[in-house]
Amino acid sequence: MTTPEAAAAHLPYTKDDFVSGQDVRWCPGCGDYSILSVMQRTLAQFTTPRENHVFISGIGCSSRFPYYMNNYGFHTIHGRAPAIATGLKCVRPELTVWVITGDGDGLSIGGNHLIHAMRRNIGLNIILVNNQIYGLTKGQYSPTSEIGKITKSSPLGTIDYPINPLCIAIAAEATFIARTIDTDPRHMGQILARAAQHKGVSFVEIYQNCIIFNKDAFVSVTGRETRDDRAIYLEDGKPLVFGKEKNKGITLDGFKTEIADTSRLGDKKLLVHKENDPSPNYAYLLTQMRYPEMPVPFGVFRCIEKPTYEDMMADQIKLVTEKKGKGDLKSVLYTEDVWTVEKKGS
Amino acid sequence: MVIQKETESVTIRFAGDSGDGMQLTGDQFTDTSALMGNDIATLPDFPAEIRAPQGTLPGVSSFQIQFSQNDIYTAGDSPDVLVVMNPAALKVNLKDLDSGGLLVVNTDSFAEENLKKAGWKSNPLEDNTLKDYSVLRVPFSSLTKNALENSKIKPTEIDRCKNFFALGLMFWVYGRTLDHTVKWIQEKFSKKPDIAEANILALKAGYNYGDITETMPPRTLIKKAEIEPGTYRKITGNEATALGIIAAATLTGKQVLYGSYPITPASNILHELAKRKNFNIKTFQAEDEIAACGAALGASFGGHIGVTATSGPGVCLKSEMINLAVMAELPLVILNIQRGGPSTGLPTKTEQSDLLQVLFGRNGDSPVAVVAASTAANCFDYALEAIRIAIEYMTPVFFLSDGTLANGSEPWQLPDISKLPKIKISHPTTSDGPFLPFVRNEKTLARPWAIPGTKGLEHRIGGIEKADKTGGVSYDPENHHRMTLLRREKIKRIADSIPAAQVFGDPKGKLLVLGWGGTFGAIYAAVSELRKTGKKVSSCHLNYLNPFPKNLGEILRSFETILVPELNMGQLLWLIRGEFEGIHAVGLNKVQGQPFKIKEIEQKIEELL
Repeated sequence: MTTPEAAAAHLPYTKDDFVSGQDVRWCPGCGDYSILSVMQRTLAQFTTPRENHVFISGIGCSSRFPYYMNNYGFHTIHGRAPAIATGLKCVRPELTVWVITGDGDGLSIGGNHLIHAMRRNIGLNIILVNNQIYGLTKGQYSPTSEIGKITKSSPLGTIDYPINPLCIAIAAEATFIARTIDTDPRHMGQILARAAQHKGVSFVEIYQNCIIFNKDAFVSVTGRETRDDRAIYLEDGKPLVFGKEKNKGITLDGFKTEIADTSRLGDKKLLVHKENDPSPNYAYLLTQMRYPEMPVPFGVFRCIEKPTYEDMMADQIKLVTEKKGKGDLKSVLYTEDVWTVEKKGS
Repeated sequence: MVIQKETESVTIRFAGDSGDGMQLTGDQFTDTSALMGNDIATLPDFPAEIRAPQGTLPGVSSFQIQFSQNDIYTAGDSPDVLVVMNPAALKVNLKDLDSGGLLVVNTDSFAEENLKKAGWKSNPLEDNTLKDYSVLRVPFSSLTKNALENSKIKPTEIDRCKNFFALGLMFWVYGRTLDHTVKWIQEKFSKKPDIAEANILALKAGYNYGDITETMPPRTLIKKAEIEPGTYRKITGNEATALGIIAAATLTGKQVLYGSYPITPASNILHELAKRKNFNIKTFQAEDEIAACGAALGASFGGHIGVTATSGPGVCLKSEMINLAVMAELPLVILNIQRGGPSTGLPTKTEQSDLLQVLFGRNGDSPVAVVAASTAANCFDYALEAIRIAIEYMTPVFFLSDGTLANGSEPWQLPDISKLPKIKISHPTTSDGPFLPFVRNEKTLARPWAIPGTKGLEHRIGGIEKADKTGGVSYDPENHHRMTLLRREKIKRIADSIPAAQVFGDPKGKLLVLGWGGTFGAIYAAVSELRKTGKKVSSCHLNYLNPFPKNLGEILRSFETILVPELNMGQLLWLIRGEFEGIHAVGLNKVQGQPFKIKEIEQKIEELL
């Protein structure tokens, strides 16, 4: 991504190098602060020059993100960030392009672009900040709000079944799919770093707490008291175990995941996490693990290698240029079908 | 003995079922006529359905060509010769053939069932329907079958060769050579030699049929046109548009990202460019119109040339993205190949009814530049010009073309490459103190195009109103007012970089015909014909719609009446009435999916004189 010379041109970065200095205008206590801070710290670990990171966002609370990062940034329009980022990555594949979106921006108004960016495997790092509510428009339900949720626009409770962001990513066959949470900065930092290093599209869902309109939406899963029993952290190559005593694990019964006591497994086998399973079926099973029946997984669900859109685009151009030579304007205008009109009498 | 005569211009229309290959037949006739030195202009007309039920009226496809020894500007008001392959084609097109015109009919297709499908109550070949025309009855299908009796291809494939028989016959009538079409068939069907051979045989059989049949009309010869010396090729508007974009990539050394979602009649620009990736062109077929425009804008943000193309319905979808480009002040070129509207409208038919849409169809005070091509060939110049303006003024620019320009063809005098316009591009690389992305060029008011990857110039832009100079988010009332004025003034200043409008005819007087875009040919032909008869009428044609050329007001005020013919309900008319107080302007409006006929404009001029 960056040459050794370019890396040597700047001192090791610190978090402050990525702070833009613009006043941050999220509500006090908003989960976005933690995401911003972890992002700044994460980028400081890399040698990628600061000017080669570009943050592109849509509309919504989280989409203000680029203003606060001391990089190139483009705060665009509702739902369209993946489209704009795609165009940028096509012409400037050497840049590290981040897309910051939310549950409304990415899954409602911009659902189409999100799906297509992921299925193309274009090298964008897409961060979807999911707080299950519309914050900037002051508290309407979002496409990830649970059914029955009472909000300003659903006083009798929503009758919309929620969409699961990771299922969308799997359906679009994204090559890197992960979930983390705003209250666990250490885990979030690891996931963001992995997303940045992945070649191809990275999709990260971050559970985020909207303190004003959907306070504690995730606390039942990730609260200090409960998280050991209700969250499960995925580690590649390791069995799926959780619980304060690490005495619970996940086994498979047909197509269904089940909780088992690890000391009394009998014939059952614990599922062993495999990020690079070429089939998306296993990752899909994980996305179906929901509170309260099952612990909710966090970590990298899927990470596989596949040629990227920008590489294939460059390869095609290379191939056609080798075959036909670099385009020559004169020869494309003056084809063999031309005719000449002489001056009269000549 | 073959009788020969000479004439100056001929208009032929080939008409048949959409599966009969009429577009291809017309194209081949055009190519050969162009190569033989005639001036040419064409008007393809086809249904939106790929294959409407065979033999029905909605399935009729036609191709009209005028070829001439004179300079011509349109594909002809009405055909002198109508070639019809089936009863439906006759039904749809007969009304356009002037009395006394030559009608060439494929008699084989006039069976009961086909007559019924086309709504003929009795067989027009047997009743009085055709009494005013000179009719040449040719059993194209059976003659083609006879000619190909030794061919190895299937009977259905043999029947499909009949358009080449018809083409061969018309080649004979107008003394054309077969070489170009023979070569074209050989290349096109190089992988199917049997088909190639059959088509060539059919072509030659048609030609020979003309030679040996005594009932043929006189052979008609047309001299080479006396046109300006130079090197020419035949070109359609969409091909010229694609070449303009390719030229821009070469001249600037930049990549072009061409974001597009397939839409009639813009799609073949995408096809042309997708074949030219060795010209620094990246084509991106997006998931929708919005993403096509978004990707183009993303490329511009990255310092390359973002171009998106569509037709009116697609402009509706792209509007929000175009407005972002207005606000972010980034270059962006939007090609709008206009078609009949509103909504899905008439996808394959022409109209120029998106002028007000592109000027005003966005929220807020949102000025953009607008240029319009007026001939198939100058689509090249104005595509290039749109890119120049977008880059020099850091603004979205609309390029308007239309269905007729897009698919119609004419000879193009090829430009001297060394004389193509220079496009200045500069990207700042350093900054004294903090970088200010909205400090403007004093002359153009363009902001600096600082691109990601440039150390020290990191900055953020977006759709929220920005503070003057710093580009920071600003909700300050005075600042918003100032920025609105600056955005407007920047577009106005483009007028400093464009040529003055030209008047054809007397510089002042009673009547000026003012047109824009694709109506040029019909207006120019009408005005020049009437001037030859001594009528006092002038014309002026606009290629720059926003801003207008600086001298437009002065021109308009020099005439008592301004006639504005438009293929819409009066959009330029509305604009000039608003912009230039006190002028007397009237419209001539047509929205039938077809271009103006010269005589329609002539009639209106005579009415006003």
